[in-house]
Amino acid sequence: MLRVEAATRLGAFALDVALEVPDGACLALAGPSGAGKTSVLRVVAGLVRPDRGRVTCGEAVWLDTERGVNVAPERRRCGYVFQEYALFAHLRAWQNVAYPLRGLDRAERRERALALLDRFGVAHLADARPRTLSGGERQRVAVARALARRPAALLLDEPLSALDTRSRAAGGRELAAVLAQTGVPTLLVTHDFTEAALLGDRVGVIDGGRVIQEGTAAELAAAPASAFVADFAGGVVLTGTARPGDDGLTHVALDGGGTVLSTEPGEGPVAISVYPWEIALAPAGSERSGSAQNHVPVRVVSVTAVGNRVRAALAAPQPLTAELSDASAQDLDLTPGAPVIATWKAAATRLLRL
Amino acid sequence: MTATRRGWFGALLLAALTVALLFLTLPIVAIFVDTGPLDLVASLGEEGALEALRLSLVCSAVAVAVIVVVGTPAAYLLATRRFRGRAAIVTLVELPLVLPPAVAGIGLLAALGPNGLLGGLVEDAGVQLVLTTTGVILALTFVAAPFYLRQAQAGFEAVDGTWLDASRTLGAGEARTFLRVAIPAAGPGLIAGFALSWGRALGEFGATLMFAGSFRGITQTVPLAIYERFSTDFTGALALSAVLVAVSAALLLSVKLLSGSAWLGGAAR
Repeated sequence: MLRVEAATRLGAFALDVALEVPDGACLALAGPSGAGKTSVLRVVAGLVRPDRGRVTCGEAVWLDTERGVNVAPERRRCGYVFQEYALFAHLRAWQNVAYPLRGLDRAERRERALALLDRFGVAHLADARPRTLSGGERQRVAVARALARRPAALLLDEPLSALDTRSRAAGGRELAAVLAQTGVPTLLVTHDFTEAALLGDRVGVIDGGRVIQEGTAAELAAAPASAFVADFAGGVVLTGTARPGDDGLTHVALDGGGTVLSTEPGEGPVAISVYPWEIALAPAGSERSGSAQNHVPVRVVSVTAVGNRVRAALAAPQPLTAELSDASAQDLDLTPGAPVIATWKAAATRLLRL
Repeated sequence: MTATRRGWFGALLLAALTVALLFLTLPIVAIFVDTGPLDLVASLGEEGALEALRLSLVCSAVAVAVIVVVGTPAAYLLATRRFRGRAAIVTLVELPLVLPPAVAGIGLLAALGPNGLLGGLVEDAGVQLVLTTTGVILALTFVAAPFYLRQAQAGFEAVDGTWLDASRTLGAGEARTFLRVAIPAAGPGLIAGFALSWGRALGEFGATLMFAGSFRGITQTVPLAIYERFSTDFTGALALSAVLVAVSAALLLSVKLLSGSAWLGGAAR
């Protein structure tokens, strides 16, 4: 369990957060740039000392400003994957990975580094210089390097942002698999809610140095605590398997049941994302009408008012969220458990290949 | 219209470079034109010439070694820490750059000479500085150090700060981070500073003359030997000048080759 409490002034804004990440879980902090995301990671790693704060990882106390404890970064056992990866350009890939390995001779260090690189499928790049590697290859080397010291906690800063859009999904899936394996608490920050939803077991939305709301991605999308969270959380993320249909649309069989159509091409495992305001609700049993090609029978889970709008959390059976006006909500029976039809255009279904 | 404009502007740039190049290389070319290869070798055989060359190389090498050992960590501190009075310290460190060499010599005398500020201390320690080889090294160090410090500081400032952070989170302390990441990453800048300050030390004249004097075999470096010959033996002075130019050029060239070679090429991002 990683516990972080920190309050500090950092330049123009004040950071004030309290977080808990259980072993083997990943908390994704999502927020706009300048929200203080990276500062949280730097506090945990010991690169910044907050005015007040306490950071513990398992039994180890890394920071306790009240008791004057402030363990140096090199003694904290944090695996930190920096934005843009911060690979040392003067060292080869394997030397980067071997950098944290101490007290071994050169042959042993190289062997250990190769084993780690091999785990990420980049052992053949061991002798390459970082500047010759692609974004995806750098990411793998950086993650291998961060894991080399068997960290007690993993910190990831925008781990997918340096990847191009094509390799982002693959990089994300691979990273998710690694995170699931490590068994240590992981704290990840990103400006992209979809990325947070894919990689984090829980998502915390951070803005202005504070965590505004924390929960699963579905919870945040379904019941955002503020208009900011609603806007930021944006799309709902569902997973499924895509195949091209005869009608020119992509058919996605959702994990857990149901089929969704998209105008975007795709095949194989995908994540789909739909903005809650794109989804309209119709009474159960109503006919197809209008141009919306998606008609998905769902059940109402809960209804939350956000300003003059209403958010309906739905089970499709994967969690889905619709946002509608007060008036249209009143015309429908939105009591929990009630069946309704969720409809939206195929063009509103964005596909992300996994 | 645009083409003609570019035409005359391009010609202007070319003309400026030509003038600069001619002006800067003409004296050097003249030295070699007036000195045949045989004269060059012969001049080395003259009394004091080889000794002067040896003194120049030894003193400048020692001075530059001292500069690198002390200057590298000092420059790292200036480049990576923000503290009150930092700008003032940077200016003070660079001050010798604009100091006339004669003023530097006087300053050294006033500080470390027999009647100087710390003269008593130096004497108590049993060290002779004025008019000794140690004095030459001291003068060279004083004059050449700012060249290295400036370049090294700029080199360290150009190192990506997240590399240093990454090194710390990977288990390396501050000292190890300095040795294993900061120095290799700042390599090209450090080598450039090394070449500049060595070049400056080799050519040092004024401060050495004032502080250490010009005694053959003890304090007479090549520039001082050239000056001594200049009034009596112009050809000899010319030949010795050619030697100094050749040594300096060889130094600059080998440093350029070194910093361009593969093991450092990796450090250039």
